[in-house]
Amino acid sequence: MSNLAILPILLPLLAGIITAFIHKKTKLVRSFSQITAVINLIVVGYVFMTIRSQGTIVLEVGSWEAPFGIVLVGDLLAAVLVLTTNIIGVAAVFFAPKSLTEKEESFYFYSFFFLLIAGVSGAFLTGDLFNLFVFFEVLLMASYGLIVLGNGKAQLRESIKYVLINLFSSMLFVTTISFLYSVVGTVNMAQIAQRVQEVEQQGILTTIGILLFFVFATKAAVFPLYYWLPRPYSAPNAVVSALFGALLTKVGIYSILRTFTLMFNQEVDMTHTLFIYLAALTMIFGVIGALSTHNVKLIVAYNIIPAVGFMLMGIGIFSEVSLSGTVYYLIHDMIIKAALFILAGATVYVAGTSDLRKMGGLIHHYPVLGWMMFLASLVLAGIPPFSGFIGKLQLIRGAVGQGEVMIVIVALISSLLILFSMIRIFIRGFWGDKTDIPRPDRKEKGSRMVYPAVFLLTLSVLLGVGAEWFFPVVESIAQYLMDPEIYIDSVLKE
Amino acid sequence: MEFIMAVLAGILFTTGVYNLLQKQLLRIIIGTGLISHGAHLFILTMGELKRGAPPVLTEGIEKYTDPLPQALILTSIVISFGVTSLLLVLAYRAAKINGTDNMEQLRGNDYE
Repeated sequence: MSNLAILPILLPLLAGIITAFIHKKTKLVRSFSQITAVINLIVVGYVFMTIRSQGTIVLEVGSWEAPFGIVLVGDLLAAVLVLTTNIIGVAAVFFAPKSLTEKEESFYFYSFFFLLIAGVSGAFLTGDLFNLFVFFEVLLMASYGLIVLGNGKAQLRESIKYVLINLFSSMLFVTTISFLYSVVGTVNMAQIAQRVQEVEQQGILTTIGILLFFVFATKAAVFPLYYWLPRPYSAPNAVVSALFGALLTKVGIYSILRTFTLMFNQEVDMTHTLFIYLAALTMIFGVIGALSTHNVKLIVAYNIIPAVGFMLMGIGIFSEVSLSGTVYYLIHDMIIKAALFILAGATVYVAGTSDLRKMGGLIHHYPVLGWMMFLASLVLAGIPPFSGFIGKLQLIRGAVGQGEVMIVIVALISSLLILFSMIRIFIRGFWGDKTDIPRPDRKEKGSRMVYPAVFLLTLSVLLGVGAEWFFPVVESIAQYLMDPEIYIDSVLKE
Repeated sequence: MEFIMAVLAGILFTTGVYNLLQKQLLRIIIGTGLISHGAHLFILTMGELKRGAPPVLTEGIEKYTDPLPQALILTSIVISFGVTSLLLVLAYRAAKINGTDNMEQLRGNDYE
């Protein structure tokens, strides 16, 4: 049964290879990808149910025993995130034909898409720090392929910056792993967690922990390392932006969550207090960015940053309640960011411009798109009863429980400003007198672009309204994260 | 020996970062190359440098070389090789389409 853990990586990888061979037959590759993505979602759903009922699945690749070989650890946290990744994958693969031109589709979009899913799933599932680096590279390579798709002037310019910052942080990652290896003599996460407790010089380990945090913070766009994010995320095609915004920064946050609950939890006073300050600054600066621009896609891209702040806040507070908030917010944010980027892409497409000052009155022509944008803004800002509210409620409960009042004030104010920045799109773009339809030729295709976002928003609303059903899973994940011994035992089998 | 290697890796990092901060695109790429060499040397050094010992551990042998850092370096070299070649192609295309290889002019504005 333990082979189940590799299926979420293997299936997209194979699909990516197959689609590379048939990339020129657009219709064939399109329907093949859609079917495979749905099958993959079903398989991952089955894996999730199995892990839910039977507990953590550990796969020792090539039957090399745990501390020596590479292990894949399918615990509940990884399973939930892989499931969410695949839900977004399905929405994206159905959105792709509406958003891309046929030529762009045939230039290996689906191959890179599946490799991205494989890389993200692998990063969630791996139990080996060096292997995490390898899966980071897999998903980054796929993202390099996706970001240049379309070959536009601005796109190429932004993708250079994107590749450079990621290359630099990857090299820092490798260096940090080698430091850690020289201290603890292993790269297996469970064994690192075990040995970190035994090492006498705790100072050097905290230094290594902070270095690792910097690496992941660069990927996750935490203050002050967020400056690279907004432009590369708003430059490419809408479907690519949706995938990036939903998945890539979340992998960084997941890595911080995993590293600092499992391995480096020996100096909570220092490291985790630092996280709380950085989380507050991340929220403030992200939301200022979102308010500073009139570009629809940039507003949505900037809104990724305060969300990262919220998740980091939960890790910083480091209690069971706040960690459940972080996990819930992580799932919520993946879904809502994908929906928002799809909606922003559709808005820009039908308006023919991304400048809010040149838009207006779109709701008369595209009522569904307008109301979906409104709903998405409410979900993102965390208006009850939607999913953002549940996550934020848990985070704030956790913070108040630990006496961190400042961060609560910052979080609440930035939530309000997030709502304001999003509602601006609705007011400036959709309200207003009925004008001539801006691009009549795009009316039919533009209206159809909304459906994948409707699917994601329905899920998001269900996640909030039906929190009663989902919350026990999140709570058990939080309990599990607070007790690293369970992870260590399930991998090293002691 | 470890000390010399660590200093060498440090020099590679310094020159790499210096090049990374230049405006010309090609220099930046050379900078990333130097940094990745520095990182690879680091991994080798961290696994302790030994000579004349096989990387295998069998019964009765006390002296052996740690094979894991070598496996890690190999993976890392392949990855950085791939990324560097991709970066060179990307930089060529970007410089050609944007008509400049100066990062100062590649800043861009908001609406396009």
